[in-house]
Amino acid sequence: MSCACKNPFNHDLATENTPMVNVQIDGEWVQVPKGMNIVAAAERFSKFIPHYCYHPKLSVVGNCRMCLVEMGTPKMDANRQPILAADGKPEIGWMPRPQIGCATQVSEGMGIRTNSPLVQECRKGVMEFLLINHPLDCPICDQAGECKLQEYSFEHGQSNSRFIEEKVTKPKNVDIGERIVLDDERCIMCSRCIRFSKEFAQDDVLGFTQRGSHTTLAVYPGKRLDNNYSLNTVDICPVGALTSKDFRFKMRVWFLKETKSICTGCSTGCNVLIGSRESEVHRLTPRENEEVNSLWMCDQGRLGFHEIHDENRLTTPLIHGVKSDWNTAITQLAHQLQGFKPEQIAIIASARMTNEELFLLSGLRKALGGESILCDIISRTGVADGILRSADLNPNTHGAQLLGIANSGKLEEIRSGVTKGSIQALLIFNETPGEAGISLESLKKTALVVNLGMRLNGLAHYNLPSSSFAEKRGTMINGKGRLQRLNRALSAPGQSRDDWEIIRDLKAAVGGGNGIHTVEEAFKAMANVVPAFKDLTIHKVGDLGIDLTLSNSLV
Amino acid sequence: MSCEVKVSKEFESKVDETITHYPVSKRSASLPLLHLWQEEFGYVSNQGVEWIAAKLDLQPINVYELVTFYPMFREQPAGKIQFRVCRTLSCALAGGYELFDHLKKNCKIEGDGHHGPAVSPEGKYSIEFVECLASCGTGPVLMVNDDFYEQVSNDKANELVKKYG
Ligand code: SF4
Ligand code: SF4
Ligand code: FES
Ligand code: FES
Repeated sequence: MSCACKNPFNHDLATENTPMVNVQIDGEWVQVPKGMNIVAAAERFSKFIPHYCYHPKLSVVGNCRMCLVEMGTPKMDANRQPILAADGKPEIGWMPRPQIGCATQVSEGMGIRTNSPLVQECRKGVMEFLLINHPLDCPICDQAGECKLQEYSFEHGQSNSRFIEEKVTKPKNVDIGERIVLDDERCIMCSRCIRFSKEFAQDDVLGFTQRGSHTTLAVYPGKRLDNNYSLNTVDICPVGALTSKDFRFKMRVWFLKETKSICTGCSTGCNVLIGSRESEVHRLTPRENEEVNSLWMCDQGRLGFHEIHDENRLTTPLIHGVKSDWNTAITQLAHQLQGFKPEQIAIIASARMTNEELFLLSGLRKALGGESILCDIISRTGVADGILRSADLNPNTHGAQLLGIANSGKLEEIRSGVTKGSIQALLIFNETPGEAGISLESLKKTALVVNLGMRLNGLAHYNLPSSSFAEKRGTMINGKGRLQRLNRALSAPGQSRDDWEIIRDLKAAVGGGNGIHTVEEAFKAMANVVPAFKDLTIHKVGDLGIDLTLSNSLV
Repeated sequence: MSCEVKVSKEFESKVDETITHYPVSKRSASLPLLHLWQEEFGYVSNQGVEWIAAKLDLQPINVYELVTFYPMFREQPAGKIQFRVCRTLSCALAGGYELFDHLKKNCKIEGDGHHGPAVSPEGKYSIEFVECLASCGTGPVLMVNDDFYEQVSNDKANELVKKYG
């Protein structure tokens, strides 16, 4: 596994060269990797064994009993050889009592029944106990619609309750972290969150206090569940006990459209689902990719989407601060740009842009004069946390280098050029002059300042509204050289347009047209000239991306 | 957290010695250490939890789970004179609950004492229920500090309050 993060366990993945064993699942003989637990093994054959506490990436505790199955081992003769039945397969001696699947590893000749009358009876019993004290919160619970307690009650529960005593009440609305609220009454004590915090996030602050009828999930007094991975506990909590402050009571999950994309918060490029309804993004959740982020993402990346809906977002093209339209803006700008010598022009682009955008940008640069135009990106460095977050906070540094947009040292030259006044036309794409270290003073002296992005630059002569990561398609290359895909979850607001379209139009207005009408075509044009993308298409990149270090020569 | 206590050298070496009894996993020393702390300081404060956790390379929550699970550990100081009244079946039938209420009134203790000791306002007496003290034939029974008493009538209880008070 080349996953950026280290999972404490991978119960669902067999290590290479694990021998296969013959196992009978619901009457059918199949082969599964030796030692795999029964829940994971059965899943390979579309047999779903309901479970709460078992999680493929965390230690097994076997405390919820939801995964009970019937199990047997081969009957042995006097020579300790399996007794064979008429069909030549081993005869199975079934155990009289059910076993928990999550803590049982498959072995040669094992028999498993995942749905026998006894198993069904067990599930019904476990469900009845779990529901005894559970509050009737479903109508207002954020988990409703993706709650395992709801799902399994529907499938294995009963509609009437035999419980006439009083329910145990516990703390509700407990603030246990910067981003997390706990409802203890909804907790079914599976301990997933405790194990996640300890084993994955290395932040052992959660535990069960007052064990017994009043078992309470709690943080140690004075401590908080504040680590940068805390929101993953909300994802893995099978019920609505752990909720995200950011998402709480905002939206019923069944209204969300889920779009497969990637996080652009750092160069790890965690795979995500963008949960949106109409023109609003409501949450990001991690999407499984064992080569990148497994099942997780960091809180910073998860909550980074709010800038999309910033009320001050730029949504109309502006010329000298006056509302304009795209045609006028592009034509006028192209005309003005042609009045400068290449040496007078500079481009500050962003490694937060997609390959397609950067490729078209390099075309624009060529049309305006090529290499003599100074061009660079702004690098952003944070601290790698050894879990998922990378030190490089730009999601597409590799792409920017590969496409000749990142040219180390040039930013410094641009800065001094602007200060000296030798640069008279400055094009800034999805960055701010402030971050580039350019003072307002020198910016004011510059004859032409163009700002393409989501935010207004008050000193720019042209402000061109573009799209956020959730509003665009395209590709990026993460820090490990993996080519991944962004997909559009919603359309950009107002007159904002896709960055690649703006750049394409500008290029066409400056140096003549080219026949690129879709992102696919932009990728194709790029693949024709950039060896690293040879023979690839956006389609081939797929939902899980492609490792360019394997398939093509990535510098 | 209530006021910090000073941990003496002697106490610490007793603790270190106890830890050596658990060579396979230091964590197993959690309970013995909690007992030692409570014997020494009267109750297990957060300071105690954190001190023990640090000794055993654990996180405080790991030790705190134990403190809140076992009724014998107290998170608050008990009274100087502690009554522990049995509430298991035989004693309950023999009047354990009545005895409990009587003592509470006599010592002016408020609070129910069902989960951990209830303490009188001046901190002198505390009372709590415990489970079977293994003298079921002679209920109701109770313990005053470490001393055991059988067939405790209200009069006998009054005498005990006087005797220890
Ligand atoms: S809060 Fe959720 S994840 Fe944590 S123990 Fe309770 S049910 Fe399990
Ligand atoms: S680690 Fe990086 S890519 Fe992953 S969620 Fe966090 S910011 Fe996004
Ligand atoms: S999933 Fe097996 S006991 Fe909980
Ligand atoms: S019931 Fe009280 S001593 Fe056994």
